[in-house]
Amino acid sequence: MSTPLDELFVRTRSENRAALIGYLPAGFPSQQGCIDALTAMVEGGVDAVEIGYPYSDPVMDGPVIQAAADTSLRNGTGAAEVMTTLAAIAKIAPTVVMTYWNPIERYGVDKFLADIKGNGGSGVITPDLTIEESEPWIAASQSHETNRIYVVAPSTLEERLKRVTAATSGFVYAASLMGVTGTRSTVSSSAQGLVSRLRAVTDLPIAVGLGVSTPEQAREVAQYADGVIVGSAFIRLLQDSPTLEEGVAKVRSLAKELSKGLQRS
Amino acid sequence: MSVAVDSNIIGHFGPYGGRFVPEALIGALDELALAHEVALKDPVFQAELAELHRTYTGRPSIITEVKRFAEHAGGARILLKREDLNHTGSHKINNVLGQALLTKRMGKKRIIAETGAGQHGVAAATAAALMGLDCVVYMGEEDTKRQSLNVARMKLLGAEVIPVTQGSKTLKDAINEAMRDWVTNVETTHYLLGTVAGPHPFPTMVRDFHRVIGVEAREQCLELMGRLPDVILACVGGGSNAIGIFHPFLEDTSVRLVGLEAGGSGIESGLHAATISGGSPGVLHGTRSYVLQDENGQTVESHSISAGLDYPGVGPEHAYLNDIGRAEYRPITDAQAMEAFALLCKTEGIIPAIESAHALAGAMQIGKELGSEAVLLVNLSGRGDKDVQTAADYFGIPL
Repeated sequence: MSTPLDELFVRTRSENRAALIGYLPAGFPSQQGCIDALTAMVEGGVDAVEIGYPYSDPVMDGPVIQAAADTSLRNGTGAAEVMTTLAAIAKIAPTVVMTYWNPIERYGVDKFLADIKGNGGSGVITPDLTIEESEPWIAASQSHETNRIYVVAPSTLEERLKRVTAATSGFVYAASLMGVTGTRSTVSSSAQGLVSRLRAVTDLPIAVGLGVSTPEQAREVAQYADGVIVGSAFIRLLQDSPTLEEGVAKVRSLAKELSKGLQRS
Repeated sequence: MSVAVDSNIIGHFGPYGGRFVPEALIGALDELALAHEVALKDPVFQAELAELHRTYTGRPSIITEVKRFAEHAGGARILLKREDLNHTGSHKINNVLGQALLTKRMGKKRIIAETGAGQHGVAAATAAALMGLDCVVYMGEEDTKRQSLNVARMKLLGAEVIPVTQGSKTLKDAINEAMRDWVTNVETTHYLLGTVAGPHPFPTMVRDFHRVIGVEAREQCLELMGRLPDVILACVGGGSNAIGIFHPFLEDTSVRLVGLEAGGSGIESGLHAATISGGSPGVLHGTRSYVLQDENGQTVESHSISAGLDYPGVGPEHAYLNDIGRAEYRPITDAQAMEAFALLCKTEGIIPAIESAHALAGAMQIGKELGSEAVLLVNLSGRGDKDVQTAADYFGIPL
């Protein structure tokens, strides 16, 4: 199997650069506003998109994404809205959905992946699904040919990195630090250490997320990782802009700035 | 009959339990599970904990027979296991002392805890003070306003109380925030979770620290009556006091185990915290169990007059005991609980926690169903000092 996401990393690796991955929760700042902002992100230079399925109890997320998820849930975002957003964006870029586990289980594991695939999605990021609980998930994603993207942390030990990456496809999501999502002034030094430990156990592409928000940080991460994930920084632009149009324009220009530094020397 | 857990996968109770957490926490959970396993078999640890319970908690807690109350419960014989007489006023101290000792064993210096009404937060702050640990308690902003007295108690005990302003600003959001702190500070910090929920090993470990309730009660019943009770009743929010008294009786199949959930304004009203009676299987706070959730799997807010039962999840072992029929769970409405609360005050001179009043209301129902031959053991999990304001409001007593 090969998803649009798999193909993207083949291409960026051959181009000797990192891929830029942008995140927004579906339904934020509004259903259409999210689609507009993600479209602008892709036009600005984001290579792949991560659509968040907002959840009531997001323990991996810092205040920025929590507030965005709250807005989205109050806007009435559910599975249908996530799938609509996915269908719109997957037409213009490789797209994955990021969600905590309970909404998937409630929707039905098999049906969820059938709809991810049916709407053009490449796969799903599952930040709170452990490999011990993954048996039905792995079986279903094999039959629907979708990527299974797990998140690993600087505290993850070698033996476990092997087990998790063996179950992963698409890319490995490397959390840059011990903590939750959100912008930080510097990228934690633990990110590079984690990536090199991952290189020792897997050939999968590795994307770094958590705390990456500026072009300088993206450039730094692009030197050693296959992908750079930016979320909270885009959300903040939308939260801080008086109008959607202004926010979308800023999202486009940040994507453009971020995409400039991805080439490896 | 054996009700052993599915031993193929550690930390599971049939289809329930397990771990649904960020990978960042796996190392700390493994470390904790190992520390607990070792401590369980270590006579030095067990002796240290037993000594603390004898000289600090005030264990064993006594059994009180309540004859005047029993007249309102079909004349059944009713015994109370008096966890309300423990230091800090509830069963919560059993678990916090155990976990605080483990924290020291793991070489960690800081504990964090979540609290709803403040009982677990006060107990955690107490253990931290006793053992010289730093303590941060996360408490929903709404709850800090409703329970300002307990906020002051925690501060007096040296804890820092952080009001949580996210989400619904109640217990579930306090747990979310504590988990975020833990993900960030896991190297130095132990998350002292207050109930039998959360990822493995919490449901097993917290249960093991509360089993002392049932172990004592079993001996006390045999000594007092030469027989076991017919029914054991306990209130169930997360379910820690209930599992503590149920667990040592699991293999005594003649003993009915009844958990009383917070029925709020009634299951049909949608305003309740009766997770097993009115919820469905799902994943919340790192474990699979019954959950109050909507059609998209979003957690639904719970409602109860009792802050300690006001939680939209429940321990996974209770979910399992329900499904296999070893324990049964019933909702008790706010009104039924408050009737039992008032009755125990006036017939026995004991002011129960409103949480525990749910179990008393269950005893009134089941006593009437079974009649005067039955022996009912009720876990009186906490005392009602903290509930005086709520009860005064409810009964229209001017303060």
